[in-house]
Amino acid sequence: MTMPEQKPAVTLDAIEERFSGFVRKDDRPGYEGVVVEASKLIEFATSLRDEYGYDYLSSLTGVDYLPEGKMEVVYHVYRSSGGPGLVFKAQTDREKSILPSLVSVYPGAEFQEREAWDLLGIRFEDHPDLRRILLWEGFHGHPLRKDWYEPYFEEDAKPFGSRWPGGQVTRVEDGMPFGKNVQYPPDFSPEGWVPEGEASLYAGLGALQRKKGDNGRGLETEHIVVNLGPQHPSTHGVFRMVVELDGETIADLKPVMGYLHRNHEKIGERNTFIMNMPFTDRLDYICSMSNNFGYALAVEKLMGIKPPERAEYIRVIMAELTRVVNHLWAIGFLLNDLGAFFTPALYAINERELILDVFEAVSGSRMMCNYFRFGGLARDLPEDALAVVRELAFERLPRRVDELDRYLTENEIVRARGEGVGILTAEQAIAYSAAGPVLRASGVPYDVRKAEPYSIYDRFEFDVAVRYNGDVYDRYLIRLDEIHQSIRILQQAIEQIPGGEIQTGRPQYQVRVPVGEAYGRVENPKGELGFYVVSNGKPNPWRYHIRAPSFINLTAMAEMCKGHKIADVVAILGSIDIVLGETDR
Amino acid sequence: MYGIGLIKGLGVTLKHFVETYVEDLRWLGRGGRYYSEEALKIRQSTKARGIFTVQYPEEKLPVPEEFRYIPFLVYDIQEDGTHVDRCTSCGICAKVCPPQCIWIVRSTDPETGRPIPSPTEFFIDIDICMNCGLCAEYCPFDAIKMDHDYELASYDRHSEHILNKERLSKSASYYASIRPTNYAREEQARAEKEAAKAAKKGAG
Repeated sequence: MTMPEQKPAVTLDAIEERFSGFVRKDDRPGYEGVVVEASKLIEFATSLRDEYGYDYLSSLTGVDYLPEGKMEVVYHVYRSSGGPGLVFKAQTDREKSILPSLVSVYPGAEFQEREAWDLLGIRFEDHPDLRRILLWEGFHGHPLRKDWYEPYFEEDAKPFGSRWPGGQVTRVEDGMPFGKNVQYPPDFSPEGWVPEGEASLYAGLGALQRKKGDNGRGLETEHIVVNLGPQHPSTHGVFRMVVELDGETIADLKPVMGYLHRNHEKIGERNTFIMNMPFTDRLDYICSMSNNFGYALAVEKLMGIKPPERAEYIRVIMAELTRVVNHLWAIGFLLNDLGAFFTPALYAINERELILDVFEAVSGSRMMCNYFRFGGLARDLPEDALAVVRELAFERLPRRVDELDRYLTENEIVRARGEGVGILTAEQAIAYSAAGPVLRASGVPYDVRKAEPYSIYDRFEFDVAVRYNGDVYDRYLIRLDEIHQSIRILQQAIEQIPGGEIQTGRPQYQVRVPVGEAYGRVENPKGELGFYVVSNGKPNPWRYHIRAPSFINLTAMAEMCKGHKIADVVAILGSIDIVLGETDR
Repeated sequence: MYGIGLIKGLGVTLKHFVETYVEDLRWLGRGGRYYSEEALKIRQSTKARGIFTVQYPEEKLPVPEEFRYIPFLVYDIQEDGTHVDRCTSCGICAKVCPPQCIWIVRSTDPETGRPIPSPTEFFIDIDICMNCGLCAEYCPFDAIKMDHDYELASYDRHSEHILNKERLSKSASYYASIRPTNYAREEQARAEKEAAKAAKKGAG
C-alpha cells in the first residue's frame, strides 16, 4: 500500500489562528498542546480529523486538578500516515463534570471515555453506553479523584512515615479486618441491599432485544444471552464477554473487564517516580521490558535527559527480545484457542525459555525485570549474556520461526478457521484506535518505531510488517513477520553495540522531575503502549495514566465478532492477543 | 492435495517426538540426561535439544548471579569473631521500597539521645515484598542485598513471613558465595577508597 502524501504537521499557531476564539495554546510551564472550549469540542475534533488528517486517536485520559477546581480531559491524536501528534485538552468543573463525547468522531474513544467516567466521574454527553467499565456497577465514588481515599489509606504519598525511623511492623489485614475492609456510602447497608442483576448490561445488548422470531419454518426462536467468562480457559485471563446469540451465531457482543483492576494509576500517584518502575512490569506481565521502556521514555522526556549509547542499544535489544517472546507466546496461545491443545504452544515457548534465562541473567528476574532506569539502565550486561543473545539471534530464533512457519502456516485447519474470520477493515481499525499487529494486519502500515521513532530505532534497517485481509489468519501471519523483523533488528544491534556507560548521571532514588506533562509511547508487542505522566515538581507524579493497547484493541471486538460463531469468538480474541494486567491495570 | 499442510505439521511433531528419544540415547553413555549437573548445564544453554523440562525438585536450575528474591542484611565477621552489621539504619531502603515492606527502628544513644548508625530492629514482610531489588540497588553501605533462596514455603505466614533482623542477617562470606562478581567489585571499590583516604591522610 502506498503511503498517502505526507502533509506537513500542523503547527499550534496555525490551529490557534484557524479556530481563534475557542482554542488557545496551553501556556502552563512544561505543558504542550492547545486547550479547546468544551462546547466546540466536537467541531474541533471533526475538522482535525477531516481537514488536517489527524484520524487516529491515541489516548484519551482525564486529569483531576484539585487545587484549581478543574477536571481536564487530554486527547492525543496522530495521523495514520505517521509523524508527531497533536495534544488538545478540554476543561470542565470538578463538581459538575460534563463534556461532549467524541465517540461520533473517533469511535475508539468509547472505552476510554467510559474509563474516565468510571474512575474520575467525568460525564460524556451522547456517549452510546456510559457505564462503569473497570469497577463493578454498584461501586461508590470515583477512585482517581484526589479527594477519594481508599479504605486502607495511610498517607498521600510514599514513603510513609511509619516505616522509618521508628517503624513498628503491622500487617495491613490487622488494621483492616475482613468484613470491614470496604467503604460504603453513609446511608447504605449491605445487608438490606438487593442486587438488581445486570439489567443495564443486558438491556444494552444490540439493537435487537430478545425477540421471538420466526426462522422461516414455523418455529419460534429467541436470542439468548450467554456469558463467556470470566472463568474461562480461553479468555486469556479474567475477561468476560456477554454475547447475544442467535443459535450459534453472534448477534451482539459486549466485553466486560475490570476483574483484574488494581487501581494501578492511583498507586502510581502515591509512589515516587522510581517506585513506579517495578509496578510497570506488572502491567503487561509478559512484556515487562517494554513496559519499563515506555515509562522510562515518558519520564526522560519530562526530565530532558537521554541515555548513553550503550544503554540505548541494550534497551533496543531487550525490547526486541521481548517482542519475540510475546509473539511466540501469542502464536502458541492462538493455536491453543483453535484447539491444538498445547503442542504448538510448547514448541513456541521453548525459545522463550532461553530468552527468559537471558533476562534473568541480565536483570535478575525472568518476568518482572525492573531493568530500565531514568537515563539508562540499572546495571550493565554480564559478560556472557551478549554471546547467548548472539547465538539466539543468529542461530536458534530464525530456525524456530522457520519451523513454526512450516508447522502451522499451511495447516488446513488453521487456514479454514482463520481466513475470513474476524475481519477488520483498515478504516475501522483506524477509527477504533486499534494498534499494533491488529492495525497492521488490516492494511495500515503504522508502527510507532517508524512513524515517530524513539530511542535509536531510526538507525536500524527493518520493514513494517503489513497484511491486508485483517482476519485471524493474517494476524497470525503478521506475528511471524514481526518476529523476522525483530530478529533483523537484533542482528544489527548486536553487531553495532558499543562499549561505555549505561547511565546518564549518578543513579539516584529521588529523581527531580520538572513540572510538566509528557506522553511517552513505545511499540509494545501488543500495540502502542503510552504513558501519560504529569508532574508538579514533587517526588510523586500528579497523574500517571497508561494507554493500554489490549484495552483499546477490544473496542473493535464487537465489530469483528458479529455474524460469526462462538468458536470464532475465541479465535478472534486470541488473535487480538490481550493481557488482562494491561487491560484492567 | 488437501491435507498436505496437516501432514507436514504432523511430520514436525513426529520429528520432535523422535528427537526426545534420540537425546536420551545420546546421553546414555555419559551418565544419563537427567539428574546430572553436566547435562543440566547443556540443557539450559542454547545447545539444548529435546525436552526442555527440568525435573524439579531432583534437579534445580542454578540461578544466575543477578537473581533477586528476598533481601538479607550483610554483616562482616571481624578477627575476634564479632559480627558487625553493615547497616547504619539510614532508612534509604525503607524509603525506596515500592510496597513499603521494610520497617526500621533506628537506635539512639541512651545518654545523649542522638541517633546511632545501627538498627535496633529491622523488619521485612516478605508477603508484601515484590522482589524488585531497589533496596539493594540504592543502599550506600552495601548492607542489604538480594538473596537467591526461593524455597521459602512455610505453614504459617503470620509468624514465618515477617523476618526480623536476626533472621535477615547473613554473613559477608555467604554474600561472596552467591554474588562473587558483585562482591569482588565492591571490595575493590572499598579498597580503593581506603587507599585514597590513607594517601590523603599521609599527605595532609
